[in-house]
Formats: sequence, C-alpha cells, structure tokens
Amino acid sequence: MEMIHAEKLIYEYDKRDEEGNVIGTNRAIDGVDIDIPQGSFVAVLGHNGSGKSTLAKHMNAILVPTGGTMWVDGRDTKDPAELWNVRQTAGMVFQNPDNQIIGTVVEEDVGFGPENLGVPTDEIWKRVEDSLRSVGMIEYRKASPNKLSGGQKQRVAIAGVIAMEPKCIVLDEPTAMLDPNGRKEVIRAVEKLRKEKKVTVILITHYMEEVIDADQVFVMDGGHIVMHGTPREIFSRVEELKSYRMDVPQVTMLAEELRRRGLDIPRGILRREELVEALCRLR
Amino acid sequence: MIRDITIGQYYPAESRIHRLDPRVKIVCTLLFLVSLFVQSSLLGYVIATVFLGGVIKLSKVPLKYIVKGLKPIVILLLFTVVMNLFLTQGGEKLVHFWIFTITENGLRTSVFMAVRLMYLVAGSSIMTFTTSPNGLTDGMEKLLHPLNKVNVPVHEVAMMMSIALRFIPILLEETDKIMKAQMARGADFESGNIIQRAKAMIPILVPLFVSAFRRANDLAMAMEARCYHGGEGRTKMKPLKYKTRDRMAYIITVVYVAAVFAAGRFVDFKLWIF
Amino acid sequence: MSIALEHINYVYSPGTAYEKQALKDVCLEIPQGQFVGIIGHTGSGKSTLIQHLNGLTRATSGRILYEGKDIYEEGFDMRWLRSQVGLVFQYPEHQLFEVDVLSDVCFGPKNQGLSQEECEERAKEALELGGFPEKYYRQSPFELSGGQKRRVAIAGVLAMRPKVLVLDEPTAGLDPKGRDEILDQVERLHKETGMTVILVSHSMEDVARYVERIIVMNRGEKMLDGTPREVFRHYKELEKVGLAAPQVTYVMHDLKERGFDLSPDATTIEEAADEIMRSLS
Repeated sequence: MEMIHAEKLIYEYDKRDEEGNVIGTNRAIDGVDIDIPQGSFVAVLGHNGSGKSTLAKHMNAILVPTGGTMWVDGRDTKDPAELWNVRQTAGMVFQNPDNQIIGTVVEEDVGFGPENLGVPTDEIWKRVEDSLRSVGMIEYRKASPNKLSGGQKQRVAIAGVIAMEPKCIVLDEPTAMLDPNGRKEVIRAVEKLRKEKKVTVILITHYMEEVIDADQVFVMDGGHIVMHGTPREIFSRVEELKSYRMDVPQVTMLAEELRRRGLDIPRGILRREELVEALCRLR
Repeated sequence: MIRDITIGQYYPAESRIHRLDPRVKIVCTLLFLVSLFVQSSLLGYVIATVFLGGVIKLSKVPLKYIVKGLKPIVILLLFTVVMNLFLTQGGEKLVHFWIFTITENGLRTSVFMAVRLMYLVAGSSIMTFTTSPNGLTDGMEKLLHPLNKVNVPVHEVAMMMSIALRFIPILLEETDKIMKAQMARGADFESGNIIQRAKAMIPILVPLFVSAFRRANDLAMAMEARCYHGGEGRTKMKPLKYKTRDRMAYIITVVYVAAVFAAGRFVDFKLWIF
Repeated sequence: MSIALEHINYVYSPGTAYEKQALKDVCLEIPQGQFVGIIGHTGSGKSTLIQHLNGLTRATSGRILYEGKDIYEEGFDMRWLRSQVGLVFQYPEHQLFEVDVLSDVCFGPKNQGLSQEECEERAKEALELGGFPEKYYRQSPFELSGGQKRRVAIAGVLAMRPKVLVLDEPTAGLDPKGRDEILDQVERLHKETGMTVILVSHSMEDVARYVERIIVMNRGEKMLDGTPREVFRHYKELEKVGLAAPQVTYVMHDLKERGFDLSPDATTIEEAADEIMRSLS
C-alpha cells in the first residue's frame, strides 16, 4: 500500500513585479511522479531552490498541486473534506526549531496537536508522555522551549507530531540549522521512531550522511526528480550528484579518489568500515 | 539589559500556588489589588503584608525575584512618594522649610501610596511567576468566555496572547543580535540628537520586522500542519476545573478582603503611631 | 600587526541566577595574514570569543592588544577597531535592510564617514571580492536567493576594508555547493588580499580543508591550538568533548590498526589518498 503517491504533480505560482502585477508563472514542481510505500524511509535530496521543500509541503496539504494529483494514504489532498485527515496522517517537522513551537512549556506544545484533533484530556496526557519519552525529552517536559538547544527543540517538535499519531512523518530539513551534535540527536530520534512506531519517514535534507540508511533516495533539481535509487546507487554517481550541487560523504569521496588513481574499489562506498575492508582486500 | 526584566516571567516550581487554577489566581489577584486601594488603615496594611508574605512563602519564588521585579517602577515610586509628601496637606505640620511643608497626612499618604504600588507589582508578579503564560491565557479565556456571546473572539485573542508571550524573548534576543551585527558595521546608536538616533534605529527595525514576518509565516504554517483550526472542536490538555484547593483559595482570599475592610472600618485610627 | 588576547575572562550576567563563565583565561595571538579556524560546539564560547576581537563584548578581565595597542585603554577608537576587524555574524543576511544591494553594502563605509562616491566605490570593490554578480547591484536584497544574500552581507563587512575578517559559521544553512562556493571565495580573498581570516565552524571537514591553524574551544577554554594535523592527532580527546576529527582521519587510523604502514595524520581527501597510495605501492 502506498503511503504517498503523486502523479504528474505540478506546482506553479505567480511571478510578480514590484507593483504586484502578475508577470508570469514559476514552476516549483514540474511533473513529479513519486511512490512511497508504507513503513519505508525515504530521503529527498536537492540544493536550495530545487523544489524539495515545495514537494514536502504537498505531502500534508499545506500546498495543493496546481496540476496532477497527490494522494496521502489514498486521500486526494485537493479534496477539502479530507484536509484535516491528510494533515493528521502526514505530520510535518520544519526547518527552524524556534518557529514551530507554539507552547511556552514543552509538554503543552506537544499537546497542541492532539488538542486540535479533539482528543480527550486523559488520552492527550498519555500521548504527550509517550511521545516525549520516545524522543528522549521526558525530563524536559516542564521546561521552557527557549531554554533548550536546537537539537532538543527539534526533538520536541518531532514529539509534537508523534502525539498526533500520524502514519507518516515528513521532515523538511530538520537539521539544517543545527550543529553536528544536534543533527545527530535528531537523526537518532528519527531512527528510533522508525523502528519503534513503524511510521513512514520522509526526510528532506542536503546532508548526505543522513540518508545512508534510507530505503530509497530521490534527488531533485529544477522541480524534477533527476535521480532515484538506493543510497548506494545514488552515491556511486558522484559526478552526476555534483552537477546537481550535491556532495557525497567524505568517505565516499576518498573511495572515489582512490578509484580514480587506479585502485580496484567498488563504487558507492557509504561507510568507513566498507572502505577499510575494501582496502584490506587489496593488500 | 532587556533580559533582566522579570515582570511577566514564569518561575517554574512545584508549589501550592503554582498548582492553583489560573482563574483563582487572576480573580484573587484582582481582589488583592482592590483591597489595597479601598482602605487605608495601618492594620489593613499589616493584614495585607501578612497575606502577601504568606503567598510569597507558599509560592517558593525567591524573594530576590520579586524585589527585582520592583526595579522598573523605582522612578514611578519615588515620584509618587515625593508628590504625595509635599502636595498632600492637612493634619499636624511636621517639617517646614522654604515653600515646602510636610504634614502628617502627607507622610501618611506617601507611605501608603508607596506600599500600595509595591504590593500591587509584587502581587501581580506573584501571579505571573506562578502561572505559565499558557495557563494565564487559558484562565483569561475561560473567565471571559461569556463575551463570546457578544461576538468577542475570546479564544483567538487568548491564542494570540500566548504566542506573543512565547515570542517576546526570541525577538529580544534577535534585536540584540541585529544590533551587534550593525555595530560591527560601524553603526552608532548612542550619539546624536533625537532625529539622528531615530534614524539609526532603521537598520535594526527593518531586519527585525522582516524576521518577525518570516517567523509569523512559519508559525502559521506549523500551526496549520498540526491541524489548528480555531477554537471549535478543540479539547484541552489542561482543562480548568475547580478543585477543593481552589475553593479554599477563594475562601481565604474573601476572608482576607473582609478582614481588611473590617480593619479599616472598626479599628480605631489611633493605632497609627505617628 | 596582530591580535593578542591576554588572560581573557568573560562572565555572563554576573550576580544573577544565570551567571556563567563563558571564557576562562584565554590567551591567544593571531599574526597578520593567518587563516585560522575556531571549532567547538554550541556553548563552547567560540562566538563569545570572536565578539571580543572587535570590542563588541568587553572582557570581565584580561587585555586585548590590537597591533600592540590595548583596546580597553581610555580613548581607544572602538569604531576604528570594528572597521579593522570585520565581523560577519551567523546568518548575516538577517541584518540586511536597505532598498538595494549597493546601498546596503555602503552602510559600513558610510558609518566610517566616507563620501558617497567613496562608499560606492568601496561597495563595488567589496561585492566584486565577494563574487557577487554586477547585474543585481540595484536589486532589493530581500529578493535574492539565500546564497546571494549571504554574499551581500559578507560584502557589507568587506566594504570597510578590514585587515581581519572574522566569519561565524558562514556556511550555516547553505547547500553543499553553496558552502563550497562561499569557502572558496573566502580562501581566494585570503590569498589575494593577505587578510587575516578567522573562520568559526562546526564542520571539521571544512576547517581541515582550508585553514593553517585550528583553535579548539571547550567550555570557555582553549583546549587545543595547532595545525590541523596536530589538532586532529588528538581525535580521541576531541571525541570526549563531543567533537570529532574529519572522517578521513578515522579511516587512516582504522587502516593503521589493520596493519597498514602509513602515517594516520591526513586530514584532507588528497592527503589521505596520497598516503594510502604510498603505503600500497
């Protein structure tokens, strides 16, 4: 069963001049077909302005396509009657940790989503506790979000989404504004959720290290999907990735450099152990 | 600097006062404020002091915080004291020099006014220290709920208030950062006349507004993504329900107010020792 | 021609509940023309440290000498110092405010009291140095892409013709290509103008690739100070404080453990590749 399914998805917006008159249209998404099976971990890569965030916003009906169709768990996102169902099915975590926390106390923020859904009070408390536990933030439940680090804020934001019991979580560059430790915290929290709650995870990012464990990787450029495959397939096409303003992990780069210098090393090395093994075999 | 202001800040702790229903705290604070202004007997103030002191003790908020909250009103306080001291006449003349006369009544009024002002700030800051901003807005929302019938969007206003409270510290920090960034480019905010100084604020205000709009936009999106659609059909994580301790608090406060009134009415003025 | 910090201490909000010693007895000397990287995680004091370099934050105790002059001495011209030590904050595009790119870059020179022509001349020079395309000079800075905005903001500091350029996380939030473009530009700038460049970063890979000296900050103290090779030799200590060496350093150490005859000090891909090829031949 497909969690997310898009056919010939197009999103256009008006270009305006200084007086606000329409002078043309921009296509942020141009004919995207995408299939994301339930329970899978999918990464979408792309440089700033490639259309990846616009695509993400279609997955929870913040944007609706101007052409083509997007189905979330079988629901057409264009159907106004399904709007709240779509948003509950696909929860969304955004880039800026400060701008998505509504509550002034951690636990109240996590409870915000369930409150909106009309969940009974006892159940809200259960969900809040459960989701804060699953992101490892339970000891901060009474804290003010302003006193937390970036990584902690993002984990609270993830808990806030989990508390709505979505089938799918879309993370739109959740680590872009964090330091390396914060990034690790968030990625670990997502990993744990995937294993424990079996939710579908869609991670939008431009950090290559974060997509190594993904089942599939999509690379976007100019509103199109230009590459699609497993991380290993994607990372073995270093030059192509670079042409889309992307990068590969340093280990992959080193392997590629050694290959270029004539060593017999397989393409698409992702982890440092793999490289070390490959080199040991050469001796 | 700006971050030192403690009025309106929440002091997280587990205390009996913290656990009270926000509505109780709002109503009782109002009653306390009224009690300060409708009477002027020494005994009344003694009772008020005991009441306030007891509440502070129970709230576990360090006295230091409350005293710090008084700092911003020092000037107002001095002004009030001075005005009352010299302008209120009547009663026995205590000191007289040049055109100034300090009378018994003047001294009394000025001391009372100072105490009133300080208790007013201390009393309301106890409320904000012990009630999370969300609790406060929830309390307001529920208390003002009847206004819904006359088409006042009580829920929306309450939500706006709580979001504003959350973003004030963020925007203050941002202001600080932008100011430093512009100073690094040689901006000068300290010298020049009023017009020059006002002009010097543009490089701070423009980025600040841009950022505030960006944040507002992001936040609106994040709220929608979490299925926010106004107050209708919403449940509460922390619904407000009066419990025994809340009723007790009301009773204690009412008894206090009655005591203060009684003190002003029936106890002889001669208790005033001056 | 250098910046010297002598026993710098800095305490946040002293006497309150939030009191915190952000810098502890930091001693440093940065000679003119060096390309220095400062690393450390959030809260390590690195941002506080760089705000001392141009006098924005005043040390609680200690001395700072710029070109031999004590900056805390009575009568020292702080605004002059700020034009000499250009500080580019994190997300510097958030400070843009003018109607067009050129006027925004002119803000710094204008504060220096230069004439309109001089300001524009310097602004153009700075934009060129920052690699900003001329056709956008008259565009509103708010309509540019993220990477372009950042270039404008950096140019805004360069326009004061500083001798020292301090950049706090200049690549935060940029995509990989944007990150490389900015860092390459900074490197070119360093080579062409001989400016001292101080780069604050989280990314070990970036720092290792560009700088000649690394200063590691931890809990307000200077923990390590040396060439990238020297610093990353302490990769185990770095890990203990939540930092890490570049990935290639780990590969090299793993290889050495597996019996490869190589020096594990490589910090960049080229160095590592050279060393591996050498040990295999």
